Amino acid sequence: MSEVIKIKKGLDIPLKGKADNVFGQAQLPDLFAIKPTDFHGVVPKMVIKEGEKVKAGSVLFYDKYQPDVKFVSPVSGELKAVIRGERRKILEVVVQSDGKNESLDFGVQDIAGLDREAVVKKLLEAGAWPYLRQRPYDIIARVNDTPKAIFISGFDTAPLAPDYDFIMTGKEKDFQAGIDALKKLSEQIHIGINDEAASKVFTNTKGVELHRFKGPHPAGNVGIQIGQVMPINKGDVIWTIQPQEVAAIGKLFTSGKPDFERTIVVAGSEIKKPAYYHTILGAAVTPYIGNNLNASENLRLISGNVLTGSQISDDGYLGFYHSQLTAIPEGDKYEFMGWAAPGFGKFSTSRSFFSWLTPNKNYRLNANMHGGKRAIVVSGEYEKVLPMDIMAEQLFKAILVEDIDKMEQLGIYELAEEDIALCEFVCTSKMNLQKILRDGIELMIKELG
Amino acid sequence: MKALRNYIDKIKPHFEKGGKFEKLHSTFDAFETLLFVPNTTNKNGVHVRDAMDMKRTMATVVLALVPALLFGIWNAGYQHFLATGQEMDFWAMALHGAWKVIPIVIVSYVTGLVIEFIFAQLRGHEVNEGFLVSGMLIPLVLPVDIPLWMVAVATAFAVIIGKEVFGGTGMNIWNPALLARAFLFFAYPAYMSGDTIWISGLTNGEGIVDGYSGATALGAAVTSGNVDKFSLMDSFLGFIPGSIGETSTLAILLGAVILIYTGVGSWRIMLSVFAGGFLMALGFNAIGTTPLMQIPALHHMVLGGFAFGAVFMATDPVSATRTTRGKYIYGFLVGVLSIMIRVFNPAYPEGVMLAILLMNTFAPLIDHFVVEGNIKRRLKRASVNA
Repeated sequence: MSEVIKIKKGLDIPLKGKADNVFGQAQLPDLFAIKPTDFHGVVPKMVIKEGEKVKAGSVLFYDKYQPDVKFVSPVSGELKAVIRGERRKILEVVVQSDGKNESLDFGVQDIAGLDREAVVKKLLEAGAWPYLRQRPYDIIARVNDTPKAIFISGFDTAPLAPDYDFIMTGKEKDFQAGIDALKKLSEQIHIGINDEAASKVFTNTKGVELHRFKGPHPAGNVGIQIGQVMPINKGDVIWTIQPQEVAAIGKLFTSGKPDFERTIVVAGSEIKKPAYYHTILGAAVTPYIGNNLNASENLRLISGNVLTGSQISDDGYLGFYHSQLTAIPEGDKYEFMGWAAPGFGKFSTSRSFFSWLTPNKNYRLNANMHGGKRAIVVSGEYEKVLPMDIMAEQLFKAILVEDIDKMEQLGIYELAEEDIALCEFVCTSKMNLQKILRDGIELMIKELG
Repeated sequence: MKALRNYIDKIKPHFEKGGKFEKLHSTFDAFETLLFVPNTTNKNGVHVRDAMDMKRTMATVVLALVPALLFGIWNAGYQHFLATGQEMDFWAMALHGAWKVIPIVIVSYVTGLVIEFIFAQLRGHEVNEGFLVSGMLIPLVLPVDIPLWMVAVATAFAVIIGKEVFGGTGMNIWNPALLARAFLFFAYPAYMSGDTIWISGLTNGEGIVDGYSGATALGAAVTSGNVDKFSLMDSFLGFIPGSIGETSTLAILLGAVILIYTGVGSWRIMLSVFAGGFLMALGFNAIGTTPLMQIPALHHMVLGGFAFGAVFMATDPVSATRTTRGKYIYGFLVGVLSIMIRVFNPAYPEGVMLAILLMNTFAPLIDHFVVEGNIKRRLKRASVNA
């Protein structure tokens, strides 16, 4: 067992509404959706028309730039609607389930006998390829690349995040099968595990290298773990995948059918009974929040966690990569002299609020910005919550002036939005750092390919 | 507060685009956000944010300046009655000091804020809170007997040339408050030095007791060769002539505690300014060829504007270095240069202002080398692994 890697910088935001390790009961919804906006840089091309019948595993659309990468229906039924936004951009591809859950059969195969090409082919045709994402850039892996390694984070440190030990229990076999399949893609598979958790599923897995991490968020971010184990340099490609997706790949090979079952956690201060639920990828969130919300004021529903998730409406859908649904107050209210109040109930990393007197309190934070946007004034804030040797402020400034050389020199390859989300959280000037970083990454892709 | 909110919502349309008072939009916005934290919510990116904002950051600094201000007010009265030889009680001194100091503070704020509001309106953005601090810093680094029109001129210079021409708060190269002082010092040297300006009323020739000199400790040191008249304890507590807010090291340290504890001010810079200054002074003690070189190192720390500069001026995040490593270098050099200028420049025996302005100029250069170091580490890692 390798030694424990201690992460010192970071921040655990103490939110109310953490789920215990219990399952809630809810009916599966009728509607499911795949949202092309979940995938950076993908331009969807529809394959079928509204009203056509689909099975689980039927192709809905593919990526214009990588036509081999297909996005499939998670359930059987019919294509109900293609929701478009401005300039006819496809936002949601909605499938109405017929409740039969029929799926296409891609054939049972013994993984040991397969070569790399066969594995790639199967992942592509069964719609499992988008699970693989690459660093740098945090985009869907490119089919022709050979990654230096594949990284999996076995725990999530984000606020109210699901406990993977709990989710993965019972999926050991599928997970091992998935790892066996991934081994055909890259020799090296690394799993980062929480030093303070048992992580039995991961420690019992064969053919992987384990790394133990200890510390506050973002220690559970795969990007931070890569940064500690093998930092990405120019030209490196590393792939990442989440544990549930590994198990889904495993099941695809052992059963022949694509597996879209997921376990999610529904949490947050505005959820009456935070709990875990069995569901299916892209499910409408209505059954999980129906009678489960405190409705005293406007609420914000988030697919994912409060740092990186995307806002959805109460008839919205789970994101492709999300295993979490969070509800917090919207906070769209004026607050009289709020900046001058002592602030006992406000969470801040600065001790100018008297909430430092109650360090163990959990907060009911809302989505208010708590102030106006300003030029960057305070220095040294970002570095305190970014456990990497990266000068975040200088990097963001390089992105803002579109200086590609500097962006590269200052380490843009090592970062994805989730890694700097805490910088955005603490920013006194309320900058939209995740957006800035994504703009920078898109510029890099455009200029350098 | 509901009624107030409703009233604001009612008059708000007049200040929006196309409204009657469109030209006062920024002003309205500044007062509205001062009264109510806006209801804007996070749109993309993080959904929750730290409760800290620029208003609170700046308000914390102003709060940290209050001990120095209060002491300065009392000391203005104390020094005045010392000079005139009158026995007065605490309240009389405080009242006299307030009579002199409060107008300076008001002039500084009014001049600066009017300019800020105009620029915000011209540029179409929100009024920045930066001047809340500068507006307090400027009076505190001025001598108490300064004519009010000079305060106004210096403030206008600092805000326009020091800040707005560069793009406003966050973009300036030099500390605006120090720029105001430097402007006065070079434009009106006769006013800004000498033996009378530091004591309220002396410039107008009010009565002086025999043998009294209104010179600051450092001014006296240049002429008399020592600072014996100003004991270490008096200087630490602040019972000495000097700029309004700079005399009491104790009050300044109180402010430093607030800044460091809340995390608003950089302890790295404060610490390294004192370290640099102390070591430089020790070095001069060892040489000891001129009277100024012989001032004990500890005494240097509590004289003049050294402590005030270290705690409130050098730590201005915009004009200081922004990298962690850079802060140590920057602070250390500020300390070294302060004492060096103080000792070697008899024409103007206070070096802190010039040292900080000079290091403000070099801060980007220091940061550049720190950032280069980071880039080199990354390149090295790449070539080792390749």
